[in-house]
Amino acid sequence: MDGTIQAAELMNSGAEAILRALKAQGVDTIFGYPGGAVLPLYDAIFQQNEIRHILVRHEQAAVHAAEGYARSTGKVGCVLVTSGPGATNAVTGLVDALMDSIPLVCLTGQVPTHLIGNDAFQEADTTGITRQATKHNYLVKRSEDLVRVIHEAFQVARTGRPGPVLVDLPKDILINPAPYREPSSAPHRSYRPRTEPDPRRIEEAVALLKRSARPVVYAGGGVINAGPEASRLLTEFVRMTGFPCTNTLMGLGSFPASDGQYLGMLGMHGTYEANLAMHGCDVMLNLGARFDDRVTGRLNAFSPGSKKIHADIDPANINKSVAVDVAIVGDALAVLKALIAAWKHEPHVQDRAALAQWWQQIDVWRAKDSLRYTQNRDRGSIIKPQYAVEQLFKATRGRETFVTTEVGQHQMWAAQYFKFEKPNHWMTSGGLGTMGYGLPAAMGVQVAHPDALVIDIAGEASTLMNIQEMGTLAQFRLPVKIFILNNKYMGMVRQWQELLHGSRYSNSYSEALPDFVKLAESFHAVGLRAEKVEDLDRVIAEMLAVDRPVIADICVDEKENVFPMIPSGAPHNEMLLGPEHKGDNRPGVTDAGMALV
Amino acid sequence: MPGQNLRAATISVLVENESGVLARVIGLFSGRGYNIDSLTVAPVERDGSKSRITIVTQGTEMVIEQIKAQLDRLVPVYKVLDLSEGPHLSRELALIKVLGTGEKRAEALRLADAFRARVIDATTESFTFELTGATDKLDAFLDLMRPVGLAEVSRTGVAAIARGMKTIG
Repeated sequence: MDGTIQAAELMNSGAEAILRALKAQGVDTIFGYPGGAVLPLYDAIFQQNEIRHILVRHEQAAVHAAEGYARSTGKVGCVLVTSGPGATNAVTGLVDALMDSIPLVCLTGQVPTHLIGNDAFQEADTTGITRQATKHNYLVKRSEDLVRVIHEAFQVARTGRPGPVLVDLPKDILINPAPYREPSSAPHRSYRPRTEPDPRRIEEAVALLKRSARPVVYAGGGVINAGPEASRLLTEFVRMTGFPCTNTLMGLGSFPASDGQYLGMLGMHGTYEANLAMHGCDVMLNLGARFDDRVTGRLNAFSPGSKKIHADIDPANINKSVAVDVAIVGDALAVLKALIAAWKHEPHVQDRAALAQWWQQIDVWRAKDSLRYTQNRDRGSIIKPQYAVEQLFKATRGRETFVTTEVGQHQMWAAQYFKFEKPNHWMTSGGLGTMGYGLPAAMGVQVAHPDALVIDIAGEASTLMNIQEMGTLAQFRLPVKIFILNNKYMGMVRQWQELLHGSRYSNSYSEALPDFVKLAESFHAVGLRAEKVEDLDRVIAEMLAVDRPVIADICVDEKENVFPMIPSGAPHNEMLLGPEHKGDNRPGVTDAGMALV
Repeated sequence: MPGQNLRAATISVLVENESGVLARVIGLFSGRGYNIDSLTVAPVERDGSKSRITIVTQGTEMVIEQIKAQLDRLVPVYKVLDLSEGPHLSRELALIKVLGTGEKRAEALRLADAFRARVIDATTESFTFELTGATDKLDAFLDLMRPVGLAEVSRTGVAAIARGMKTIG
């Protein structure tokens, strides 16, 4: 070994060495669930007070909670589960974090090294199973590697394109003494992600942007992952250029929704103006987004006339589905700093008249008011889900509010009608689309921000997928508000069946639902229900006034659909608009589109 | 859209020689639907700390670029080099067993001689040849051996290296 490396200190057990390494990595909270293989670690946790352990009710929820913690703080989330079923239950959460680039370290127990491969009790090939579910994973077979691997896991999770890293820990490694070393500042042997953009690409990008007549900025989760300063610089850049800006589902909050230059979210359920600006632009600047199929629609008709600039920290995202003209590899913060400096430096004078004309066009699209809906305010009227989200948003203004969601129609309504001014306040499962994400994610957010208002905007079907976490909320006094838009259907499934499968509602009705008020009460929480429009504001006010976990069961219109909608296989300029826009061109879904998801 | 035509690529990957690294590479190819025509791997450093994987694959230009970028982002990967971007040497080794007697046996030996295949084992009714060369040379030899009693083949897959001074390091 290299003689310059500091001397190691021998710890009594691997478990103690791990906890010391976690503290050195800034971990203050672990989300986990015990079991035979990790008992030595739980014993070490019992004997200290610096790291708090949040006992979940299912390992999938531990990972989502750590995701919520990570996304709302910018820190690495930490998970601890046992071998076998503990690890396999965590897999969905790991893939969720992988798809959405969320930094996590997941510690899994494993059978002792001498039993690996013997089909021992609660043995699973965890590193084999999670190889494609993580950014990287490790199986620690030697005590002398243990602490280095833990430190390295955090480095890999948080740097480059962030993601989940798993460390599989055989029980004998947890029990046997292990040497402890502080984290090394030496660069990793093989892993060296590039974060600084190539200045020549920045110049090319600025030259294109300065000469554009119809520009658009399309910013995604990469800007959020680059830290709050990146969002501040995005706002600065958009304002100094006068460009319109749209956000992806993952990027909501990176640009203030109240800003006049904001076009709203783009993509399958994005606004009319955002999607038509993407379709009609002549120069597109993609910052930290990945041309997801939910954003592009039909690829060969995606923004056909534009020059595309793509900045991403992951070179594998560039030219993956959309060929671009200028590729910038780098961290969004470094890219934005460089863009701002180059914009000020580049002598070419922007054609402000052309830009003004572009804004006139955008204003025509905006005037369509594509998110318009009608709420009948007469007593006894049924609640529109959009109205419920809007009223919730109004009632929470001025408070530090974090929103998580489950997956489906309610998620899209939340994205459309809840307005975010700041990054790290919106937590949703974008890439994997994991039903059951919102409640445990909200739990993790609330742990990190005990005094903030944390709301899970939920659907009745999704939230049942991790409803056991009501127990965790009660145990740790986490006053999460679960705001269920209850339409008694798996709404997005029902919507697709209506539009694509002749209204044959195969298995999408939420049969035999629980009484959510009683369910809340049985979990020591407050249960509220709004059945008619006149109940809504009162229920929201009661929910927000209570310093305890709440389930608010909001009975909404069962047949409401999410609009606008770009059907699968359609380009951006063939959006379906809602019933408010009868008479507008409403093209159907193609056969090719039927086969897409 | 650039590069809708398929092209073959020979990609060398220098990796940390740790357990699971080959599974990562293979999992990447199967998970993302890329082709593997040939794959070889062996340690290349004296201390055994690094291995070199050589992959022969095919795809559109966009897919080949994806493959390289995806390989490069794996944590234990040091370097990805697309050898097919420049002049390079590819070699493969095959062990070939031919069964037969009489004129067919004699013909097999004559053909082997023409291809500079070495006899590394023989019985009165069999030859085992060792042949090294580019993939198409091996393919051509095997085609000739079929009618004269080809019974079994073991091929190593392609090892490749850039011509001239260029190195992967």
